[in-house]
Amino acid sequence: MKETQTIETSKASVSKTERITGSEAIIKCLIAEGVDILYGYPGGAIMPVYDELYKYRHDIHHVLTRHEQGAAHAAQGFARISGRVGVAIATSGPGATNLITGIADAQIDSTPLVCITGQVPSNLLGTDAFQETDIIGISTPVTKWNHQVTDASEIPEVLAKAFYIAKSGRPGPVLIDITKDAQFGELDFKYEKCIGVRSYNPVPKIEINDVKAAAKLINAAKKPMIVWGQGVILGKAEEALKAVVEKAGIPAAWTIMGASALPTSHPLNIGMVGMHGNYAPNKLTNECDVLIAIGMRFDDRVTGDLNTYAKQAKVVHFEIDPAEVNKNVHADVAVLGNSKDSLEALLPLLNENSHKAWHQEFKDLYAIEFEKVIKDDLHPTKEGLTMGEVLKEINIQSEGDAAIVSDVGQHQMIACRYSEFNKTKSNITSGGLGTMGFALPAAIGAKMAAPEREVVAIIGDGGFQMNIQELGTIFQQKVPVKIVVLNNEFLGMVRQWQQLFFDKRYASTEMTNPDFITIAKGYYIAGKRIAKRDQLADAVKEMIASKESYLLEVCVEKEDNVFPMIPSGASVSDIRLS
Amino acid sequence: MNEEIKTFTISIYTENNIGLLNRISAIFQRRHINIESLTTSQSEIEGVNRFVIVVNITEPQAKKIIGQFQKQIEVIRAYYHTDEETIFQESGMFKIKSDLLFNEPQIQNIIKESNARIVTVNKEFFVLEKSGRRNEIESLRRDLNIFGIMQFVRSGRISVTKEEMKITEMLLAFNNQ
Repeated sequence: MKETQTIETSKASVSKTERITGSEAIIKCLIAEGVDILYGYPGGAIMPVYDELYKYRHDIHHVLTRHEQGAAHAAQGFARISGRVGVAIATSGPGATNLITGIADAQIDSTPLVCITGQVPSNLLGTDAFQETDIIGISTPVTKWNHQVTDASEIPEVLAKAFYIAKSGRPGPVLIDITKDAQFGELDFKYEKCIGVRSYNPVPKIEINDVKAAAKLINAAKKPMIVWGQGVILGKAEEALKAVVEKAGIPAAWTIMGASALPTSHPLNIGMVGMHGNYAPNKLTNECDVLIAIGMRFDDRVTGDLNTYAKQAKVVHFEIDPAEVNKNVHADVAVLGNSKDSLEALLPLLNENSHKAWHQEFKDLYAIEFEKVIKDDLHPTKEGLTMGEVLKEINIQSEGDAAIVSDVGQHQMIACRYSEFNKTKSNITSGGLGTMGFALPAAIGAKMAAPEREVVAIIGDGGFQMNIQELGTIFQQKVPVKIVVLNNEFLGMVRQWQQLFFDKRYASTEMTNPDFITIAKGYYIAGKRIAKRDQLADAVKEMIASKESYLLEVCVEKEDNVFPMIPSGASVSDIRLS
Repeated sequence: MNEEIKTFTISIYTENNIGLLNRISAIFQRRHINIESLTTSQSEIEGVNRFVIVVNITEPQAKKIIGQFQKQIEVIRAYYHTDEETIFQESGMFKIKSDLLFNEPQIQNIIKESNARIVTVNKEFFVLEKSGRRNEIESLRRDLNIFGIMQFVRSGRISVTKEEMKITEMLLAFNNQ
């Protein structure tokens, strides 16, 4: 049976045939796909490829991470800030399994990755050979596509297909497992970019009647509200979204993955929805008459209890992935297709509007949230430092231009709530999977993909220690990422839940931490620890001004909680302010 | 939509690739859905496989799961149908001691009445094959069980739909793009 249904050739393809090894072919495929940086870790079953990476070291930069999980997250950070495909490479067995968390993260957050793993020689498959794992079996539920190559001649076609699938439509991770004999074997190399797979329709065609139906509902709405997600960023629809929001005067909120698609300062940007989102957009989800979802998937952390979610509203869902429509929330009108094209088709059909009174309702609720939560987060009067005031200071010093790479937990929610974003693709975080340990390696990838940007990793003391070994990568590669560890000596979010829902039984959440600054010093990374408010501005200033990587550890209040909060399984209407 | 649990036959047209069965069964497993039967074979189109899977789920579940199948790169198209919308069959095989055929005259009547087919007979055993609905095969099994069955096996459901499934057209459209 034919392995792929790749058709035709692109004009940019390399069409001359030459006799080379499978491992050299892999490198040539990567170069043909425009890959100039990849992240990985060598080992027995991938050594032929590393030998070629050595030969091609002037064309393609291999970054040796300190753990394969770091390689996968670095490739994610690379992809998330640039929109390009991130590439990670590892050996068989433990090398491959160590990639899995990053792959699962990329799958649930729709991040385009191509992961290449070495595999034992094909004659040893299934024999429990040294460092053999069934990585195809293991990765199947967490990949958009995966494939095992056992013959060198398959490599160009399979890798072309891998890149095409990873980046087209709703992006996602692809894993290609290549046996060692396929790496050593020879083939007549010819590279043709993949431009289609017959069983795969990445972008549904937009039905203009659906767009018209959407416009009709939106034009008739008295209280319309937009909730956009990462689909806007992935579809490069930021300008189209802005145009729609402005023309129809619709208050627009974002999911954690959609953050930064519209600048924070935009007057119609009403903040974040979800468990720790803003008060107004959560509350008013259950007041709006038309809910316009754009490139988002109604995650449970966004909706809370589905039985009490936006029941009064007509729902219009703009979405590229048909499986997301009616999955969690019934759509009265669904527009399938790329977000940019869909919104551009919608724009001329919309009536100009301002919805002033409705917008005022958001402002009124914001005032309540400010009084009850934000004021104390950003302008605290108590002695201990808050995470919020650190973020505020970073906003000031970076002038809102920094890309914020956050880990998972309280600091992540604070980072997403309070970061001021001027530019798109500025909020890089593990949204769907909630992977602690994501931020440090992801920040490496982000900074390398966008060296011109200020990249600030915001990490808790727990998550920092989950991939702390990547300080070695930062040191060896001289990646000038800025690291802020918000240290409350707790696994803060779990502690918060223990406080609120488990009668303060702090089971295994208190951390006795090492001296992080000394650890950083061991990697020749400069750093400073502060614990007082009057040190904050200067410390952040020093960090931002640093030309090299820098660790700022801020000792924050130990038992602060993140509010607002929609308790797990509760209605968005029941959002708590304290 | 109807939340009642019903029997649905899911038809999935796919490329013929290693690992796809794993990908498809994982979609059921992840949602804690038990597969009643699963059959895969060549379809009417050269190089295209067809899975026929029987599950007891609600219609909203069926709809969502079809979306998940269609999302898989190597799935060409997936459908779900109720029993009324399909023509379906199963096949059962019975291995029985040959002396029963001669010592128990009733067995011959059972074979005749059930429209079962004798596949092979030798001195030791004979093999019966019966195609039909589950209840017909089960009824035959009950009848024969009285005399003793050496081996019994029943296939998964195979089915064709009453409505047309335009896979060929879909593939042609891709080739003409």
